[in-house]
Amino acid sequence: MTDTLGKLFGYLGGTARDLAPILLIVGFFQLVVLQQPIDNIGQFALGFLFVLLGLTVFIRGLDMALFPLGEALANALALRGSLPLLVLFAFSLGFGTTVAEPALIAVGAEAATVMSEAGVIGQSEAELSFMATALRYTVAASVGASLVLGVFRILMGWPIQWLIIGGYICVVVLTPIAPREIVGIAYDSGGVTTSTITVPLVTALGVGLASVIKGRNPMIDGFGLIAFASLMPIIFVLLFGLVVAT
Amino acid sequence: MITILTDLFWTFLSVVRDVLPIAAVLLLFQLVILRKPIPHPQKVAVGMFYVLLGLALFLSGLELALFPLGREMAAQLTDPSFLGIEPGGVVQWLDYYWVYIFAFAIGFATTIAEPSLIAVALKAQEASGGAVKANGLRIAVAFGVAISLAVGTFRIVTGTPLYQYMIVGYVIVVIQTLMAPRMIIPLAYDSGGVTTSTVTVPLVAALGLGLASTVPGRSPLLDGFGLIALASLFPMITVMGYAQISNWLSRRKADQDSQGENHEV
Repeated sequence: MTDTLGKLFGYLGGTARDLAPILLIVGFFQLVVLQQPIDNIGQFALGFLFVLLGLTVFIRGLDMALFPLGEALANALALRGSLPLLVLFAFSLGFGTTVAEPALIAVGAEAATVMSEAGVIGQSEAELSFMATALRYTVAASVGASLVLGVFRILMGWPIQWLIIGGYICVVVLTPIAPREIVGIAYDSGGVTTSTITVPLVTALGVGLASVIKGRNPMIDGFGLIAFASLMPIIFVLLFGLVVAT
Repeated sequence: MITILTDLFWTFLSVVRDVLPIAAVLLLFQLVILRKPIPHPQKVAVGMFYVLLGLALFLSGLELALFPLGREMAAQLTDPSFLGIEPGGVVQWLDYYWVYIFAFAIGFATTIAEPSLIAVALKAQEASGGAVKANGLRIAVAFGVAISLAVGTFRIVTGTPLYQYMIVGYVIVVIQTLMAPRMIIPLAYDSGGVTTSTVTVPLVAALGLGLASTVPGRSPLLDGFGLIALASLFPMITVMGYAQISNWLSRRKADQDSQGENHEV
């Protein structure tokens, strides 16, 4: 029992060190630069305690559940050796984790409002909600497609840079011709697609696949799935804007 | 206290709802299609509960402590009266120096605490056999986010177009890709995507929108966006830079060691 408690304090100490910079910076700006006391210091302290406990427990859960689950699936899929199954899995994981993402739902609604104010689409409620939903499915499909592409790359051992640089070139070419209102939203949509639960799972999946498949290196081939999942939505949303505008 | 507990409960439920589609996909493949039992089901179940509880506590805590304060600080720091700007006066970009310093510092600090980055850093340390240090990677990414927020707030103040910064950043990334050690490249590309999730985005959005609505001549709609885009770009540069520097240092050390040996002979 004392051993478990000792371990727990060890974990908490590690997390406390991770959070110390936030406390220092908030304290410095509030007290020295803005010269104001922190309102509601009790609420702040309680919230900070929640953050500390939450992060510590989350990291334990990563090691116990998310990493082993991702690795077990990577192993089982690689042993099965069925490409269609792997592709189906990659797409469902990307699409399924993104389509219900609250941040994405918010971005979709916001994008619909911006485009209707700019006169790209009509003002009616039906058109707005259709636009928001269509954008949401576009982004979810793009994340699904990016995981398929990423898994395919791991199988083939292609160098990542050509694919990513190719993606950048698409972004650079599409930016000036897409409707101006959608550009900022497109760029930011790349950031909202990768949630805290998807990232560890997808990373474990990629590294797991690259470790099991002969001739692949976990560092060179295993990472990179997240990069595709952040780049592809930008291209899809820019294309979406082009299609809607014409 | 009771409202705090009910908030925590609702946050827990919404985290569960977010996880449901992921769990459905995993279980469908593991149990129905592949027909493989989950290894150590009890441990995994406890671990999943830890993940859900941890995230719920973390998010509620952010909502209680950090976000209200962060939003208020962003509003106060961008307030013209704090910055000593007279109404209708000409704005110099240097007047906003506290904003840049704050953006840099808060970008660094929140990235160090970002849960997805911790996950990727742990995995990278394991996959590289310790050649990539988890903490080194996190600090490199945090510097990237810090620089990008300072540059991004400068961009909002000066009103220069986002794409110019993005294109310059892309060109640097391409040049570094040609020169950096090969094994760091995929990880560097990934670190662009993981920086912007739970902690950083809400604070950054508050800063960007606050700034865009107080700087004369900026529109929150056109200029408030883009901080997140920059925050996904710059970490690639700093992570590749980190690998290049540590590679160079170890090579120099190896050179010195071998020279030392030569002297002894």
